[in-house]
Amino acid sequence: MDNEVSDQNAITVTSLSKSFKLPHEKLSSIKSTVLNFYKRRSYEQQRVLHDISFEVKKGEFFGIVGRNGSGKSTLLKILAGIYSADKGDVIVNGLLTPFIELGVGFNPELTGRENVYLNGALLGFDRREMSKMYDGIVEFAELERFMDQKLKNYSSGMQVRLAFSIAIRAKSDILLIDEVLAVGDAAFQQKCFDVFAKLKKDGTTIILVTHDMGSVLRFCDRAMLIDKGDVIKIGNPHQVADTYLELNYNPAKKDKEMQKSIDKKKKEPAIKNVSISGLEKEEKHRFLPGEKARVCIKFKNNSQKKPLHFGLQIFSENGTYCFGTNSNISGLGAYKSQKENDEVFVDLGLDLVPGTYSVTAALMNESATTVYSYRDQACKFRIIKNTQNDGIALLSVDWQLDKLNKK
Amino acid sequence: MLRHILSKKNKVLLNELVRTDFKLRYQGSALGYAWSLLRPLMLFLILYLVFARFIRVGDSVPHFPVYLLLGIVLWNFFAEMTSMSLGSIVGRGDLIRKIRIPRWIIVSSSSLSAVINLGLNMLIVLVFVIVNRVDLLQTSLWLPLIIIEMYLFALGISLILAAAFVKYRDVSYVWEVTTQGLFYLTPVLYPLALIKNEFYQKILLMSPMGQTIQDARYALITHETLTTTQVYGSPWWRIVPVGISLLVLFLGIWYFRSQSKYFAENI
Repeated sequence: MDNEVSDQNAITVTSLSKSFKLPHEKLSSIKSTVLNFYKRRSYEQQRVLHDISFEVKKGEFFGIVGRNGSGKSTLLKILAGIYSADKGDVIVNGLLTPFIELGVGFNPELTGRENVYLNGALLGFDRREMSKMYDGIVEFAELERFMDQKLKNYSSGMQVRLAFSIAIRAKSDILLIDEVLAVGDAAFQQKCFDVFAKLKKDGTTIILVTHDMGSVLRFCDRAMLIDKGDVIKIGNPHQVADTYLELNYNPAKKDKEMQKSIDKKKKEPAIKNVSISGLEKEEKHRFLPGEKARVCIKFKNNSQKKPLHFGLQIFSENGTYCFGTNSNISGLGAYKSQKENDEVFVDLGLDLVPGTYSVTAALMNESATTVYSYRDQACKFRIIKNTQNDGIALLSVDWQLDKLNKK
Repeated sequence: MLRHILSKKNKVLLNELVRTDFKLRYQGSALGYAWSLLRPLMLFLILYLVFARFIRVGDSVPHFPVYLLLGIVLWNFFAEMTSMSLGSIVGRGDLIRKIRIPRWIIVSSSSLSAVINLGLNMLIVLVFVIVNRVDLLQTSLWLPLIIIEMYLFALGISLILAAAFVKYRDVSYVWEVTTQGLFYLTPVLYPLALIKNEFYQKILLMSPMGQTIQDARYALITHETLTTTQVYGSPWWRIVPVGISLLVLFLGIWYFRSQSKYFAENI
């Protein structure tokens, strides 16, 4: 019975823990080691992963998400056999290939051709096998003309393309991918996605480690959220995305403090808080495509009580600027606030495709030319998936196929 | 176990790493690979001028310049292999932190690069053996065995150094000085017979490097040199330096294996 279960799993992880010893003063010379031999060495035990258990089924596309410093990359390195765990077991069932970075082992002094063979060897291909694949690799990377140039003369995009086209040749049952998608332009990313889709179809188990919820929602069958070394949630990507959004809802404390100090210095009107809600002011971060939302900008006015304009910008998760407006271009006069702490509301129709978005708000002068205060990614919201439409904006669609045919 | 070590994947990787090392060695130099042969040639020229023309320290030894060249080539092999291996793990940190490859392959590849270089240098030695009309000795057949002993000793040291260097960066300075010291404690530049005290002679031949270099000269160039057999009066005393070599090798393997788990974190 037990065997049957584990046969279906590509990876089984049970109560895995890992901590790093961070010495307060790094002892990296023999002298200091000798001198400090009798002293008690002081070090911090940094717990990176704490009692992690999960399973990945064969053929599954599994996402591991977490913020920076959550321990997700350490987990990946343990799965890949690069770090060793302090406690717990990792059972890998099948041949595993990690892609922690593209182009590992690339040498800038060698030509593109030589690097292809070197990189192939790291994946276990001998020269003959590589020669067979060589043309395909070069063609996929679109680098036919450059193969006999030294790699140091390649642009970074060319290097990534070359590395990726070698990497996808790896014959492997399980692929570990760490933020590989973060590099490269949109066309390249599309290529990556196509390859992953094909690999998945062929039955490869893929584990994607990322902080980009978008790609998890797009690809993964299941996802796991980890934060500060603990598993917060394992389940379907949409549920995990919601939990992740809550974790991210409060922007980093440090940014807030920095913003405060800037605002203070200027002694000008300053944004204090930006929040998004439903039209009934009920707290809400998930909306249907096209649903209306109300954004509230709370701000502190200075003693002069200058007339103000307000600006809003919506960005998608990968930073694409989707929409921008302000009260001036909306044809309104400057707002004269009489209170020291005031708030304004703006209702937006969220004609956006599913995904996670952030709101950036600004406070401007009478003629909307100078920005007094500015909050980047002040709050986030998510458009939930009830449409397969793609892109950034949700246009109204009305196909006229029948009418055209009749004519 | 052995089948696992010599799996296709490992062999392919080792082959490719050694190739890369070799390609990059003379990168950017006009003469390129020719330096592999030019270096020992020029070295011989210097040795010949200084020791056979000016100082005449080895007049009693037949074919002294070739005798000297062989010693230096072998010593350089040892020094080069250990110093290259020392930084090999740290130098390949990008591989160790990002992909899963057996760590020993990295040290093996730098040791094999040194072996290739030794092979090229030995070609030059052979050229001078022929030019100097050194009689071909039957004992030459022992030479590969002697070099294997030297390689195993150097490999043991390389493994220890490479693993220790990850944790303690002063190892490189310590080893630099140690190599210098060992160089003078090994009869490379001077004939062993120059040391009159028999006790010291015996001590110098206890070191694997002293024993192997003297044996190699005896085997290839002239029987008029002192080896363990002559100094101790019995060939069996070789067990001590051979034993030291094997001990160092096993110590190296043990230490390297115990440390290799933490390379990725410590680099």
